[in-house]
This record gives sequence, structure tokens and C-alpha cells, in this order.
Amino acid sequence: MKFARDTWLIFQRQLQLLLRNPVWVFVGVFQPVMYLLLFAPLLKPALNAPTQAAAYKIFVPGLLVLLAIFGGLFQGFGLIAELRAGVIERSRVTPISRLALLLGRSLRDVVSLIAQAIIITLLALLFDLRVFIGDLLLAYLMLALIALMTSAVSYGVALKVKSEDALAPLMNTVAQPVLLLSGILLPLTFAPGWLQGIADWNPFSWAVDGTRALFAGDLGSDKVWQGLTITAVLAALGVFWAARQFARSVR
Amino acid sequence: MIETRGLRKSFRSRAGRETKTVDAVRGVNLEVAEGEIFGFLGPNGAGKTTTLRMLATLIEPDGGDATIAGADLRKDPAEVRRRIGYVPQGGSTWDESTAREELVLHARMYGIGKADAQRRAARALDAFQLTEYADRKCKTYSGGQRRRVEIALGIIHEPKIVFLDEPTTGLDPQSRAHMWDEIRRLRSDGMTVFITTHYLDEADALCDRIAIMDNGEVVAEGTPAALKREISGDVVLVGLDVAATPQAAKALDGEPYVNKLETADEGGLRLYVDEGATAIPQVLRRLDHAGLELRSIELHRPSLDDVFLTKTGRSLRES
Repeated sequence: MKFARDTWLIFQRQLQLLLRNPVWVFVGVFQPVMYLLLFAPLLKPALNAPTQAAAYKIFVPGLLVLLAIFGGLFQGFGLIAELRAGVIERSRVTPISRLALLLGRSLRDVVSLIAQAIIITLLALLFDLRVFIGDLLLAYLMLALIALMTSAVSYGVALKVKSEDALAPLMNTVAQPVLLLSGILLPLTFAPGWLQGIADWNPFSWAVDGTRALFAGDLGSDKVWQGLTITAVLAALGVFWAARQFARSVR
Repeated sequence: MIETRGLRKSFRSRAGRETKTVDAVRGVNLEVAEGEIFGFLGPNGAGKTTTLRMLATLIEPDGGDATIAGADLRKDPAEVRRRIGYVPQGGSTWDESTAREELVLHARMYGIGKADAQRRAARALDAFQLTEYADRKCKTYSGGQRRRVEIALGIIHEPKIVFLDEPTTGLDPQSRAHMWDEIRRLRSDGMTVFITTHYLDEADALCDRIAIMDNGEVVAEGTPAALKREISGDVVLVGLDVAATPQAAKALDGEPYVNKLETADEGGLRLYVDEGATAIPQVLRRLDHAGLELRSIELHRPSLDDVFLTKTGRSLRES
């Protein structure tokens, strides 16, 4: 009860501050729309897809996962600013739940990601993408879990390194191979065997496959439950680890 | 209200390949009474902030223990948090929030309900004369206004004790005087106030009792007046021409009230006496009797810096 209330309190505050900054909201929507308008048209010929809609079924889920990964991983920067302003220290002298300090922030990130995802999905509908609402909601659940994990990890790392100068290269170094090895921009079906072998070890590759299966309407596919399970477990681990960072040196 | 026993903390710092252990706080024993303004005086790096952060549950002590407002620091930090307020040195407000939002949020972090939190915020804004700016973003505030918001945050839940880490550092003289008044007001509201400072005048004027800290240890503790009394007594500075100085020295040397006598190169004497007020008339009579003309006479009371100097061999102004 107290935990839920504390989480809600932090969530509300973070969301309010986010919405107060119209620039951020604009950028958050503008970037994915650019991908959709300027990159997606290349895909039909590149993927040898029969129709534009078929190309979107492959590309849109990948784009959404990409947003979830990157959107999450770079949330730590905001936390470093808060650390510097003393806001975190001020919170830590109150009896508020340490897990709530993390989860309130991460849930804000999840909500803003889902808002982005909805906008992109609606736009893709204009380009003849068709997806069942039930499948779509499951795909959103997958995205939410990914964003929860990446943003929690990013907060945890931010609390450890405490400086933007260390966080930026670190997150880029993590994000780049993760991105390339997950078949986000192009499916890994084109990849040579050794590359696929490595990609099998990338949890995000499973998440992308699962999301693609959902967009393809293939709810019964093993990839769906595998992707969901892997991301759920990783999200739980990420949250657990990051919450410990918030509580570190004090119990 | 606060009692600490052998509180210790060391940090490991890495310089290149070597790891060094720095003993930031080496066994601090303190007793702070209810309703007093207690000051921690010492140079930067003395371990004041580290001690304060331990007492505020922000870092875990390596050894020793403490009781704060009746709660045990090691066994029940959550209860300590409920009973104390803490105002960090480097600020604690967010640029894009307003003072009112910060106050309401902070009160709610203590589990206070929304309506009550809003009432408390309004009351605090009023008490700290911030109502006028209450709904402006914190980034628009002056240094003094912002510090007042931060103090208000620290006491929004009416703690028994509030810790203020260097509350006046970086403020202009007027805001500083204002802040002193605010801190005294907290005391008259019945709160125990624990501040750290490296300003001698602040410790002297504001604090009921102080502990002088150097190199991780408390080197002296008491009321500012008692600490000053403890050392050397007063100094009488007698201004004389260079030519008249040796004669005056001869006349005053061996007088019963003069503990020690020093001659200044540019002329004049330094007399160490127990009580300046009674020594001065006797000095005047003695010099008049010897037919010597003095240019000036000055009473120098020992300052907390002299206390620091006697205890550590260094001046606080230099360190």
C-alpha cells in the first residue's frame, strides 16, 4: 500500500515534469516519425516484400523495439542531473520506498514509450499496416517490459558512475552491438550462420522476433512466449539491481 | 537528542594503481541537547559533512553507533529518517519545479496526505516569506530565496532535529544575517538544530554549543564562550613608539597581572593577561607613572580561531 502510493507519487511528479517540457515531447514524436517517413519507403524493394504493408509488418515492430531500447538506456542522463541538483539525496533522507524512487521513474519512461508507440502505430495504419488489437496489446506489453528493463539499468548505471561523461560512451557501447545483433533494422534471416549464432545470445533479438510474430498475427508462435518470458525475467532483474543502487549504503 | 559513540568512516580512494584508505571520521563522540543550536566547526575536509551524512542515514558508518531523537541509527535508520530533517550543502531543489510543488512533494514523501501537505506547504511558504514566489520555478530564485526553500523542505514534516550542512555558504552578508534569524526561529519553535560551518563568526554568534573538528576528530567541545575562556585569557595590545618600547617593557615586566610579554618589531607590546578589563587601568597607571606616552591601547579577546590554533597548531583561516 505504502509502496504503491510512493511509486505513484514519484511517477506523477516525473510525468508532470516531462509534460512541462514541450521540446522533449516534440522530439520524442518527431524522431520515430522521421524513421517511418524517410526510412521505411526503402524497405519494400530492399526486403523484397510483396507489398508496402508487408514491409511495415517487419519494420514497425523493429522500430518500436529500437525506441524502447534507446529511450530507456538514455534516461540515466536525467537522473544524473537530479543527483547533481541534490534531489535524489533529498529523497533518500525521507522514509520513501527506495524501490518506488526507481519504479516511479521507470514507469514514467514506460508510459512515454507507449505513447510514442501508439503514435507510430496509428501513422503506420495510414500506410496500410494491419494488426489485431489483441496482438498489438501483447506487443505493447513486450515493449513496456523492454523499456522498464533498459531504463532501470540506465538509472542504476547512472547512480554508479554519477557523470554524463562516463554514461554516454558506456550506453553507446552497450546499445550498438545490441542493436546490430537484434535484427531490428533488417531481419537476421539475411545474416550468415555465425552472425545468427551470436544473435541467438542477444535477448533483444528474441524480443524483436516475438514482437514481429505478434505484428504478423502469429500469436501461437513460440517466439511470442519466449520473447515475453526473456524480457520479463530481464526486466525483473534490472529493476532489482537498480533498486539496490538507490538503496545502496543505506538500508 | 543526539548521542554518538565512536562513529567512524573511512573511504578508499584510488590514485592510479594504488588504493589509499582515508579515515574521514575517526571516532566521534558527541552529545547534543534538546532545543540547542549545535555547530560543527572545522576546515573543509575535516569530516563534518561525512559525520552529518552518517547521522542523516545517507552513508553507513564503519563503526560506532548513535542514538538520534530516541532512534538507533544502526538498527532502525527508517525511524531516524522519520524524526529528522536534512538540508544538504549543494542544494536540493529542481530548477523546473516551483517552491510549492517541491514542498508538497517532499511532505508527501514522508507519508503526509495531499490536503495536509498542501496546508503545510502554504504555512511554510508564509513562514519563510516565500509566498510571493511560491508558484515560480526554482531556477528564477535568488541564492537566499532558494536556500530558504531548502530549509523549509528540511522541516516540512516537523522533525525533532534538523541537520543543516553549511547553511550560509555562498550567501551575501544580508542573506546570511537573514538565515541566522531563520535558524534561531527554528530553535524557538522547539527544534534542535545541528549545523556545520567553516565560518568562525557564524559558530560564535549562532551556536549555543560547538564542536571543533579537525582531521576526522573532535578536538574541542563546549560553548563558544567557555572554549575561548579555556585558552590564554585576553591580549592587551599597547601601541608605543619604537624608542619608548624597551622602557615600557621594563616597566611592565614582572607586574603580577601580566602572564607574558612580547615586544613587536615595529614598536609596541603584546601583554597576555587573564582579564583585560582589569588589566588595562593598571597598565595605564604604570606607564603614566613611568612617564611614558602611549599611542593606543587595545583589548583583544581570544576568538574561536585562537581556540582552533591552540588545539591544532594551525589557524582555521589558513586551512
